[in-house]
Amino acid sequence: MSNSTLQPTDEPRTSRPDPATDETVLELDGVSKTYGDERVIDDLSLSVADGEILTLLGPSGCGKTTTLRLIAGLERPDGGTVSLDGSAVAGDGDFVAPERRGVGVVFQEFALFPHMTAEENIAFGLKDRPEAAREARVDEMLDLVGLDAHRESRPDELSGGQQQRVALARSLAPEPEMLLLDEPFSNLDVDLRVEMREEVRKIIKEAGVTAISVTHDQEEALSISDRVAVMDDGRIEQVDRPEQVFQHPESRFVAGFLGHASFLSGYVGGGSVETGLGTLDRDRIHGLAEEYEGTKLDVLVRPDDLRAEPVATAESADGVVTHRRYLGPTVLYRVELGNGDVLECMHNHTDQVAVGTNVAVGLDADHDLAWFPASQR
Amino acid sequence: MATEPGTTATDESTDPGSESRSYPLGLTFLSGAVAAGSVLPLLWLIETALRSGLGEPVALLFDPLTLQVLANSVVLVAGVTVASVLISVPLAYLTVRTDLPFRRFWTVAVMLPLVIPSYIGAFAFVSVFSPNGEVQSLLTPLGVEELPGIYGLEGTVLVLTLYTYPYVYITSRASLKTLDTSLVDAARTLKHTRWEAFKRVVVPQIRPAVAAGALLTALYTLSDFGTPQIMRYSVFTRIIYTRWATSPEFSAVLSLQLLAVTVLILAVESRIRGDDTLHGSGGTPHSSGRMRLGRWKWPALAFPALVVGFALVVPVGTLLLWLVRGGATGSGVPFELAYVANSVDVSLAAALIATLVGLPVAYLSARHRTRVGDLFERITYVGYAVPGVVMGLALVFVGINVAPSLYLTLPLLVFAYVVRFLPQSVGSTRASFLQVNPALPEAARTLGRSSVGAFRAVTLPLAAPGLLGGAALVFLTTMKELPATLMLSPSGYKTLVTYIWQMQADGYYGDAAVPALVLVAISALAIFVIISQEGYDVK
Repeated sequence: MSNSTLQPTDEPRTSRPDPATDETVLELDGVSKTYGDERVIDDLSLSVADGEILTLLGPSGCGKTTTLRLIAGLERPDGGTVSLDGSAVAGDGDFVAPERRGVGVVFQEFALFPHMTAEENIAFGLKDRPEAAREARVDEMLDLVGLDAHRESRPDELSGGQQQRVALARSLAPEPEMLLLDEPFSNLDVDLRVEMREEVRKIIKEAGVTAISVTHDQEEALSISDRVAVMDDGRIEQVDRPEQVFQHPESRFVAGFLGHASFLSGYVGGGSVETGLGTLDRDRIHGLAEEYEGTKLDVLVRPDDLRAEPVATAESADGVVTHRRYLGPTVLYRVELGNGDVLECMHNHTDQVAVGTNVAVGLDADHDLAWFPASQR
Repeated sequence: MATEPGTTATDESTDPGSESRSYPLGLTFLSGAVAAGSVLPLLWLIETALRSGLGEPVALLFDPLTLQVLANSVVLVAGVTVASVLISVPLAYLTVRTDLPFRRFWTVAVMLPLVIPSYIGAFAFVSVFSPNGEVQSLLTPLGVEELPGIYGLEGTVLVLTLYTYPYVYITSRASLKTLDTSLVDAARTLKHTRWEAFKRVVVPQIRPAVAAGALLTALYTLSDFGTPQIMRYSVFTRIIYTRWATSPEFSAVLSLQLLAVTVLILAVESRIRGDDTLHGSGGTPHSSGRMRLGRWKWPALAFPALVVGFALVVPVGTLLLWLVRGGATGSGVPFELAYVANSVDVSLAAALIATLVGLPVAYLSARHRTRVGDLFERITYVGYAVPGVVMGLALVFVGINVAPSLYLTLPLLVFAYVVRFLPQSVGSTRASFLQVNPALPEAARTLGRSSVGAFRAVTLPLAAPGLLGGAALVFLTTMKELPATLMLSPSGYKTLVTYIWQMQADGYYGDAAVPALVLVAISALAIFVIISQEGYDVK
């Protein structure tokens, strides 16, 4: 696979845990959950390795928060099993209460106890420790999240970022096996959100805890996770490293949910693929097997891989610009090709191409392209 | 960037408040017991009514006195309701939508009659306007032989209107405040005069709110015992009270009939509340859309001034007058602080118990949303629907027939208070549980607390102000409760209320002045608690 244009964090990912070899901390096996008549989670299986950060990514209502609550023990599954550290905590008639699971949760709106100070919030889960040990642990956590100066503050006196740090420290204080984060950044301003992503990832890695985060924000998922699980309609569509799910989505849903996706219809013939943009070398298409010879397929192209250049005549053009959306730093052009395909091209904001202009579309991707058989929707 | 408790945008769980863990058996059992306790006493009304078979009660229903009482009650309720609407809607319009001088003062002032228990108002009006009252003694030397009678229908309508119209005023005002003024502007640009716009645009919009307030007024009027008794107007409550000792079956039949009428009104009310358009929050200030009264500005003041003068100044002035004149008028039973202490004792007991037994009902209904839990919560609201006289009578029958050793003892009296005012503690407690973000106890669970531990460490401390508020309300309303107190107090056990009642019945108005003023102050405190809990704004 070629290099991705996406660089999630500055941190090198060499130390990334590998789910195939590392010890499995969490295992969901065929889990399902129903509310009334509505099946929210459907036969979901997932395993998470020690020390990794996995993000459940999906649209509203896809079941990701419910999955998190099932892991925490805040909901009971209707089928399947949930195992932590190799022992079942839910399923087959067993149910371990949330307080006995050793799972920390950072709630969506932080759920800080409003009647307690930052310090008291962090100490809340440490009630079984002797006082000296408790105080030492609280100090350690305040230090970890850099909030020593605000230990006496109540939640309503703290900024959003500070509240999040307290929430994080509170959930990490009892040294949980596993940390769950429910839309942890949705409650923050956009600027703060980006900053806190880095910060939270750093703190989690420092604490060395296994974490599962839930979000509908693809940028957030790609930037903080070791692996991303894309969910739709109660099922996991794909679990893989961020670069992999972005570059090589296994379904059209995943392709479309992670960034803009256009599809270039093509026909596999001989050593190449015929498309509305001319002939593509067969080896530019990722893992296109022999048996697809003579079939139709759709090639995934992202707007940043495409460029539309105005041409003088309709004969030399690939298509016509039908729509232009100004986005500030960039401009998104929609181009309709002669064969009816519609592609989106991302340009620098200085480029000016008018709607109705005949354009030639160049495909500049320096990576191999994902594809889907035309028959598979 | 503060967190907002109570607004969990949990992404897909359809009902974030309900915990899908094991069914709350213990809680359900407790709530069921409380619900049963509040509704079972009513069975003895039926038992008493049917004691001599079915024929007699049915015959009693068509007894001339019964029909007279029914007619009187209907006339009274209709009269008070219509009069309240006629007073309240113009008052609300004046204080919300015009440039009436001192609007905020009048807004508060016209709501204040709520703090005067209607029987205190009735007693003050009688002492002023009765044939041997204050005004008559001033006018007799001037040749006025006889004032128009204060007793009977007219006086009862007058007094009850003065002390119940604020219900209509409050709902009308709320809906006028949230009414979109651009609708009126639109009507004006479509060739409507202000009056036509009011009729065709404003009235249809505020009608549900006015109706809701009117129904509250109607319910209060129907259940009020003190005023018709003092004004000698024979409605259900009065006859039930005066006949129960001599013919309990008759009183029981009348009670059931009164309950039926009450349920009818409640049914109408819930129908109307279905398409709930009242109590829209705040809204934007409409200073631009205010009607200019022009030269009518000052004459318009006469209206609220007259209402406030009658409803507030007359009774409070009368009581103060009695006070200045030196109180005692020779009843031979001087007022003692011990009566206040007695009132405080029973009220504290009622508040404490109502809060404790309300707790499981409120928690079950707020947190678990089971069908049975909601049903139990509804059932505890019978205290609101059942007039005090009826509940009092039911407990008299329970006392006589089931637990003679408890009859005319403090425990049964406190039980009556608890059943009557349980809705206040359940309502307030339930609301405060609902305000606790369900993620908070969940967070406590994930931090190693059991469900009971999480309740104690997080939910209870956060809900405490609401529990206290509910307890305070029960305390204050118990202090001024009249009918059950009269029917169930142990003999010789005097409270503020029984003392005032005895003094007014015997005509020693002077002796009642101090306790009545104390009671008004207590009621004022109760209203203050309600207002501060609901964050009512008068701007």
